[in-house]
Amino acid sequence: MKNKETTYALQTDAVQKIYESEFGTIRAVDGVSLAVQAGEFVALVGPSGSGKTTMLSILAALLQPSAGRVVLDGQDLAQMTDKERVALRREKIGFTFQANNLVPYLNALENVELMLRLNNRLDKAGKMRAEELLARLGLGERLYNLPGQMSGGQQQRVAIARALIHNPSLVLADEPTASLDTERAYQVVKTFAGLIHEQNRAGIMVTHDLRMCEYVDRVLLMKDGQLVRVIKDEKEIKAFAQGAGE
Amino acid sequence: MENESGLKESVFLSAYLAVKEIWRNRARFLMVALVIALITLLVLFIAALGEGLGNGNREYLSKLDAELVAFQAKSDFLIAASRMERGRLSSIRRVEGVADAGMVGTASVNLILPGDAPVLKAALLGVEPGHTGEPPVLEGEPLSTDLADEVIIDRNTALQSGLQVGDVAQIRVTQGTRDEFYNLRVAGITDGQQYGLQPTMFAPFFTWDKVRPKSEAEVNGSEAVGNVILIKLAEGADADIVAQRLVTQVKNTDIASVQQAIQALPGYSAQQSTLNTQGVFTLFIGVLVIGGFFQIQVLQKVPQIGVLKAIGASNRVVAYASVIQIVVITMIGVLIGGLLAFVFSLTFPPTVPIVFNGTTSLIAIAALLLIGPIGGLVSIRYAVKIEPLKALGLSS
Repeated sequence: MKNKETTYALQTDAVQKIYESEFGTIRAVDGVSLAVQAGEFVALVGPSGSGKTTMLSILAALLQPSAGRVVLDGQDLAQMTDKERVALRREKIGFTFQANNLVPYLNALENVELMLRLNNRLDKAGKMRAEELLARLGLGERLYNLPGQMSGGQQQRVAIARALIHNPSLVLADEPTASLDTERAYQVVKTFAGLIHEQNRAGIMVTHDLRMCEYVDRVLLMKDGQLVRVIKDEKEIKAFAQGAGE
Repeated sequence: MENESGLKESVFLSAYLAVKEIWRNRARFLMVALVIALITLLVLFIAALGEGLGNGNREYLSKLDAELVAFQAKSDFLIAASRMERGRLSSIRRVEGVADAGMVGTASVNLILPGDAPVLKAALLGVEPGHTGEPPVLEGEPLSTDLADEVIIDRNTALQSGLQVGDVAQIRVTQGTRDEFYNLRVAGITDGQQYGLQPTMFAPFFTWDKVRPKSEAEVNGSEAVGNVILIKLAEGADADIVAQRLVTQVKNTDIASVQQAIQALPGYSAQQSTLNTQGVFTLFIGVLVIGGFFQIQVLQKVPQIGVLKAIGASNRVVAYASVIQIVVITMIGVLIGGLLAFVFSLTFPPTVPIVFNGTTSLIAIAALLLIGPIGGLVSIRYAVKIEPLKALGLSS
């Protein structure tokens, strides 16, 4: 078990998130254990209210679990102070969000460079890497465009570049295709998956669009806060994704 | 990043974000800077008006080469209500610690201007030639004798009447029931010495007593009576001790410092406190305007600030960026407002009681620079409290 722990970029053990409300106890996440290796792209899927976004928030060190353990790169999140968690998000995690992803007053290149600035690692080589990454994502001509001057798909690709530029251990994507048409959605997820594999990052994508699972290595299906199914087999994943598309 | 050594990086990053946002939204930020500029203009003008009006009232007294003013007892330090006969002047001059003393009498006269120009209302002060109370001349000669038919005019009188050294000033006064005209030669011109918001002329005391407006009873009076006696202290003399001696040794006399005499000028304190209140309220409006603008701005940026925090920007970076933005916008606004005030001030004729005093303007500018951060405090606090979970559309 110890040997396995060291090979995983991310590991959770019986994570729970429980809210008390006037309607009673809500188990948003209920005993979820999972592990993701470097170079593995995982989809966290499930219907609305299944707890996938709450789980993502816990993995992102944005929300403290009520119980259980989250270990990222060998560091137990529960043992960290607030400041250490901020530093962890900045250094070890890359994010893309569903909406309001980019800083609206920074252009595409500046948005990507922002991650390097936050880590105090912006130098000439970093600037070149940011330009190259954007060019690879088909945005070579859009480097100096503000988010408002780009389409939803282009903005998502800038967000992907921002999520990867600082070489994080874990990349988290929250509904990255929610505002895109099908063709653009496939393009974005395919690019995302390619880069995660190529750069050997651990990637987790939360999505309600099951068709997007076509490009992932594993599908984790959540329901009522619990992990109810794991699909590992490539054929099964394809069938699962295609079944959703039909 | 979060430790002390990271402070510089945090400030640089915050400044980068703040300046980028201002530059890419310059029209919106320029609008609020212009509002701050207008508030600055208003505050500076209120301060200048306060200074101008105050100056118009106190200018002669504030420039005096004297430390104490002797009033008739129980006159409440009101110059117009005080009556001092010449006998008391000799008594005061004999008191230990008094270097010099001069009688001053006040009156208001009409200065006849050539042609169809309307008469100029002016203050006519009677002073003792060569003694405390006679202003130094910038041009021409000081007053020659106690009885000479001559005057020193202040710069304001010279500007408004066109009189020059050697010219004859004709004044009209009412004595008893008759209008009398007197011709007084302009012996010299002194700097601004307004008294009672009027341009001022200074005549030798006995000449003043001869030409001043008088009631029927005074016309036949024999003794020249002034209003107050100005006292210059001997070198090293203690003002409080000398004042105490004066009260004891000169009967029926109250002693005030020059500052007390200024505060007692009719309407002076009320006028200054009214204008100061207006200034403070304008600053308060500035705090609300800036606070409101930046609060709305932060409310619009909640998801964006959430994303920034989610990707690892610290509260320090978010707070500094807000502070820098507010300070920059306030500084731009105050700079524009200051320049506008300067340009407008050049267009005012000297008769308008607006005086841009360096110290008063600097205090007003310092207060204006402070209202930005004070107004923005609530928005900064709000920005710092935004949870990074907002990036995911959640809250804890």
